[in-house]
Formats: sequence, structure tokens, C-alpha cells
Amino acid sequence: MVDANVIIQLAYLAAAVLFITGLRMLSSPKSAPRGNLVAAVGMFVAVVATLVDQDVVDYKWIALGAVIGSAAGAVAALRIAMTAMPQMVALLNGLGGAASALVAGADLVSNVVDKGITPSGIVPTAIVLSVLIGGITLTGSLIAFAKLQEVMTTAPITYPGQQVVNALIGLGVIALCVMVAMDPTQLGAFCLLAAVALLLGVLLVIPIGGADMPVVISLLNSYSGLAACATGFVLDNSALVVSGALVGASGIILTKIMCDAMNRSLTNVLFGAFGAAPEAGAVAEGPQGTAKSYTPEDAAVIFSNARTAVIVPGYGMAVAQAQHAVRELADTLEEKGIEVNFAIHPVAGRMPGHMNVLLAEADVPYDKLLEMDEVNPTFPETDVVLVIGANDVVNPSARTEKGSPIYGMPILDVDRAEHVFVIKRSMNTGFAGIQNPLFFNDNTMMIFGDAKKVTIALGEAVRKY
Amino acid sequence: MLEVEAVAALTILILAFFVGFEVISKVPPLLHTPLMSGSNAISGISIVGAILAAGSEHGATAIVLGVVATAFAAFNVVGGFLVTDRMLSMFKQKDRK
Repeated sequence: MVDANVIIQLAYLAAAVLFITGLRMLSSPKSAPRGNLVAAVGMFVAVVATLVDQDVVDYKWIALGAVIGSAAGAVAALRIAMTAMPQMVALLNGLGGAASALVAGADLVSNVVDKGITPSGIVPTAIVLSVLIGGITLTGSLIAFAKLQEVMTTAPITYPGQQVVNALIGLGVIALCVMVAMDPTQLGAFCLLAAVALLLGVLLVIPIGGADMPVVISLLNSYSGLAACATGFVLDNSALVVSGALVGASGIILTKIMCDAMNRSLTNVLFGAFGAAPEAGAVAEGPQGTAKSYTPEDAAVIFSNARTAVIVPGYGMAVAQAQHAVRELADTLEEKGIEVNFAIHPVAGRMPGHMNVLLAEADVPYDKLLEMDEVNPTFPETDVVLVIGANDVVNPSARTEKGSPIYGMPILDVDRAEHVFVIKRSMNTGFAGIQNPLFFNDNTMMIFGDAKKVTIALGEAVRKY
Repeated sequence: MLEVEAVAALTILILAFFVGFEVISKVPPLLHTPLMSGSNAISGISIVGAILAAGSEHGATAIVLGVVATAFAAFNVVGGFLVTDRMLSMFKQKDRK
């Protein structure tokens, strides 16, 4: 009556519906935890359906891989610090891409070597895409991981002739892709393609600087989805096609949001470093002057007259692990009757939404985490702004100076507040390497030092005042 | 070159893209990090292909590739869903005392 295969396909359909429902529930922080659970149930359904497939004859190898992978995944998920979440996501991107590429490779070997079948139709093209995208995703993500973990330099790595080298490798990749797609039985060419894809992932990510990681991670996220999609075509499996498309779409949307928030094109982020070096000297000027240095005690005096305050966290807060100290400071200010909110720039941190997670971890209620468009109109009525470890996202040059590299980038208009405190290690420039005129404004007061120590001292000073 | 089955899969792909764009664009920036880790867990769906590769009847090379793929995909699925849950459980509203 009903074919087992039909039931399996229906289970995949159910899984796809559960994934979409789960993602829909991510539209609100209240329903989101259940949404994640719904998606996990979808995955469970898909896995169980596959295990009963009649092609699956031997469970021991499956168990081996599943136990190792699940155990490692669980340990990583439970132990990773929230500040290291970008690294975790980079790792997940990379392994997802690699898994898809390996499945496509296994399918090819199984057909050509073991069964003597030559893949036909759309399958060879899909195999090529799966290995190419999956390979790039794996090594690209590992480089991103290394940059985020700072086990390698976060500065862009460039060398003379980089564009020529990459263009030649690009041409080689295209030639290999065509060769394998035309005749997938050439396993040597296939292995070479896999190797070159891995090399390409490294070469494409090394010239991208640390502060552009939000774009890179988002893009690699979408690649890991597209690789799963391609593998779906290899296996003619709708579950992979649908899920891969969802993830691909998600990554593309996030990539666009990140690029818009920096007012840069994707091409500029990915290839900007190649040509940028000679221009750097020309823009080094910018406003000069004396920034005024204050102590936490001076700041406490200003806070004592304030009624509203906005805290602007940046990557510096994450580096100093200051999120808990920041929440304690906010509590102290609220005890003094000051209304405190947080302003979150889309590219604050090293991945989309990173600051929100850190502050949520420190028990800051999410209704206090305001988006840029929501918070910007409120700055003229704000008494005190406290900038902690952020720089380029509060640089008013983005509004005013046409020649500035960040001109046109949407920023948090903190300079429009009554008083601005900036907690900063030193007067060093931000990632963009440009001076920030905010620091020289009359209403700006600098407090130099480690973000965590200064925040704690500030809290004590306010409490004592 | 292009067969009917492939066109059917292509249809699913395009429609899924549209659904993806609709659904994902409603996720607020507040939750973009859990969105990334959660979508990574979903892209661990390649575990389905990995299971077929590791458990079917074929040669050693294909099985080895399948086992490694299963481990990677399982890491994604388990690690992705767990870490997303850990993050989402931290998002709390202000308690109204």
C-alpha cells in the first residue's frame, strides 16, 4: 500500500515545516526558545526517518560518527563563553560546509568506484558546487575562527600580486569545475578540485580584517546553507534542499544588514584590503586637539545631576569581559533614579547581535537593548551617554566629513547628548584607523583605562556620591 | 541535461528561498546571534546524507567519508541547538515587581 519511501519523504516534509515554524518563532524573544525546540524536533524526525531507510544496513559506523560529533558538539555548546560566540558560530559554519562536501564526495565515490554508475543529469554539477562551496566554507571559517580567537593576526594579510594569484586560482577552479562536471568519473580532478577549494577558502579570508568579521561570518553562514542545498540536489533529497535554502537566505539577509550598517558594498568588504594600502596615509589627518581626561569621581558628579543615561557597548566591552560590571553600574544608576538604556549598533562586536547576547548573559532585560533607529532620536534629550569600548560606530565624521573612509556609515548620534563619557584604553584610533572628533568635543569626557576596571570604579564613585 | 526531477527540486529550492527571506527578515537584530547558531543547527540537516553514506552498502572510502560527515553534522546539530537554547534562555524581560 504505502511505500516506506513515501513515509520517509513525508517525514522530511514534516521536518521542513517544523524548521520553518521554528524560525518563525524566532521573531520574538518570548517564543524563541520554543522555536528552537520545534526546529530540533524537526531534525529528530528527519534523522529517525533516515535511520529506517532500507538503504541503511549497518548502524555501527553511523553510531561511531554520531557519538563523537554529538559529544564534542555538546561539550563545546555548554562550555563556550558568550564572548567567544563568534568563534563557535565560525566553527559551526565550517563543519556544516565540510559535512555537505563530504556527503557529496561519498556519493560520488560510492557510485563511480563501488557501483560503476556514472552520475548524470544535474548531479555532476551539484557535486561540483557542493565540494567547491563546502570546501571554501570549511577553511574560510577556520581562518575566521583563528582571527577571532586571535591565534593569528587580525589585520588583513596582503602581499604583492595577491589579486593576480587569486585570479589565476579562480580560473583554475573554474576549469576544474567544468572538467569534473563534464566527466565526474575523473576522481583525480575531483580531489584536485577539493584541494583547491580548501586553498581558496584560506586565500579569500586572510585579507579581511578583524572588524569585518560580522560580514564574513554571515556570508560563510549562507555558504554552509548553499552547500547543503547543492548536496540536496546530489542526493535528490528535498529535506536538504529546503533547509539549505532557509539557511542560505538567512545568511544572505544578515550579510546585507551588516554591509548596510557599515555603508560598504560586499565587494568592498571582501576585496577592499587588496587595493586599500596606498591610500591609508592620505586620510590620517582629521581633527586634532586635546581630549579631556577625567576620573570616575568627576563622572559621578555629572551622573548625580542626570535623569537619563544611555550606555553604548562595543567590542572593547567584550574583550575586557566587562558586561557584568556594566550591568552592575546600570543597576547602581537606576537605584539613583536615573533611567538607563543601552544603544546597540548593528556591527558592534564581531558578529550580528553579539552585544545583545553578552548583555542578556549579564541579566540586562532585553527591553532595555535599543536598536539604532529606535535610540537615535532620543540622544538630544539624553543627559549622559557612556561609551564603553566602541569607537567607529559613534564617530560623527560619518555624518559630516565627505573625505572620511566611514562617511555615510549610519552611526549612533551620541554627540548630540548633553554629556558623553568615553571609556577607552588610550587615544588609539579605531579599526578604520581614523581619528574620532567625538573625543575632542566640548561635551565629551574621556576616562582612560581598562573597560572593566573603569566601569567598576565608576559604579563605586556613583554609589558613594 | 536537466531532468524533470531536477526541475522539481529547483522549484522547491526557489520557493524555500522565498519562504526563508520572508521568515528571516522578521527576526529582530536582538536575536541575530541565536539565529545564526540555530540556522547552523538546521544546516546540520546534511546529517541525513551523512547517515546514508555511513550506513549503506558500499566501499570503505565512501564509508570513511560518511563517518566523518556524520561526526561533523552531528556536532552542528547537537552543538547548534544546545548553544542556541543556552543563549535564548538568557533573554529576559524586565521583571515587573
